[in-house]
Order: sequence, then C-alpha cells, then structure tokens
Amino acid sequence: MPRLSGGWSALHPEHVAVVVSATEPDPGPDDEWLPVKDNRPKNLELQTFHFPLPAITSILHRISGVFIFAGVAVLLFLLAESLRSQQGFDNVQQWLSAPVFKVVLWAIVAGLLYHLIAGIKHLIMDMGIGETLEGGVTAARLVIIVSAVAIIAVGFWIW
Amino acid sequence: MVRNVMNLSRNGLSDWVIQRVSAVILGVYFVGLLGFMLMTPDLGYAEWHALFSTTWVRIASLAALLALCAHAWIGMWTVATDYLNNYMIGSKGTVIRFLFQAACVLLIFIYLVWGIQILWGL
Repeated sequence: MPRLSGGWSALHPEHVAVVVSATEPDPGPDDEWLPVKDNRPKNLELQTFHFPLPAITSILHRISGVFIFAGVAVLLFLLAESLRSQQGFDNVQQWLSAPVFKVVLWAIVAGLLYHLIAGIKHLIMDMGIGETLEGGVTAARLVIIVSAVAIIAVGFWIW
Repeated sequence: MVRNVMNLSRNGLSDWVIQRVSAVILGVYFVGLLGFMLMTPDLGYAEWHALFSTTWVRIASLAALLALCAHAWIGMWTVATDYLNNYMIGSKGTVIRFLFQAACVLLIFIYLVWGIQILWGL
C-alpha cells in the first residue's frame, strides 16, 4: 500500500504520525535552532526602504483617479460656461489667462493624462502582455516617461 | 470582510468588464476632444458651439458621461473598500465608507444631471 505524503486520515493513524515527523524541524548542529531557517539579511535602515516602481505607478493611478473625479466638477463648469454664450466663452478665456487657473487646469489635465496612460498599461497587461516581474517594471518605467512627456507638453500648450 | 453591497453591478466580474469598457469610451472621447482642440488653434465660440450642437458629438458626449458615472462608481468603490474599512481605520470604518460612498454617488448623480443639461440644453 503506498504511503500518502500529505492529507489527514482518522482511519490510518500511522499516516498522521508520518506527516508529523516530516514537519518536525531538524534541530541542527547548534541548539539555538529556529522553527523556520531564516538566514535572510535584516534591513533595519528605514531610509533605504522603498516601494517598487510598479507599486508607485499603481498608487498614483488611484490618487489621480480620485483627483480627476473631483476635477470633473471644474471641467463641467468650464464646459457649461463656454457653451452658454459668446460672453460665457469670453469669460472662460479670460479666466484661463490667469496663472492660478492655468495651474489648476494643468493639474486636472495632468491627472487625466496620467490616469489615461496608466490605464492603457492596465488594458495591455489584461491582454497578458508583460505580466512578468521585468515586464511590470519596464511598463511602469514607460508609464512614468510617457506621462511625464505628455504632461510637460500639455503644460506648454496651456501656457 | 467587506461585502459587495455598494459596488455598481453587485458582481465583481461584471464590474471588471464595465470598468474597462467605460475606460475605453472615456479614453477615446478624451483623446478625440483634446485632438480637436489641438487641431483648432484659434478656437472660437462659433466652432465650439457648432461642435457640441452636432448630434453625433452630443451622443458621444452622453456616452462618455455615462461611462464616467459607471467608471467613477467602480473606482471609488475600489478605493473606498481598500482603505476605508475596519482594518485600516478602525471600528467606524464601515460607517465612514458608507458616508464616503454616499457622497460619491451624490456627486456622480449631480455630474449626470448637470452634464445632460449642458449637452441637451443648448
């Protein structure tokens, strides 16, 4: 009869005994043994801790999403005013000539662009492209580079 | 655990699909609108008003508005259930999350009514 390496059976107590003896840690040569052998180095320098790049782009995707959800109020307001009449359109143009408004608009459009580009990365990865660790880091780098270029370009356009 | 009572479709897989379809609609609409503005450097009221008076632009804008509502609902639900829960912020988590989501849904409703008014009230 073959011995089962895993599993638990009340009918065959000898199998349970086998499993228990297999998981018993080996005390090893010295008597200060640990239940889990952990020879990994410990990093106690908190300054060197950092999130991996894909985690940063992921949290930025969420932050930009919440931010542009609120920003839609500003965009809808500008759309309503600009479509109301010639006077309203002129009002919007006048507001957008003020540096404060330019910064606000740029921030919202930057959030939109980042969310869009990081979202395209998501859709590509949903298709099964770049799902490895290296692929994820490369995609995250691309998201940062492409969105930085797009955000700077749109900044030039606004100013 | 967080129960799926305030997500959009009461079904995670369906939400997943709606999130992506709405994302594509929003992406196409946003890039198209940005493209139009870039292609028209001396954009005046006449061209702007004419654009949004076209039936297909109104339909596309309405589709984008509805996509925005669904996308924002799913996104806000995702963020709220990840961070505004009992594990992250304590025993008041569920109450705070409910209030946050209620505020989000109210804002989505305002966007929807306001957007329709802008598009079809010209």
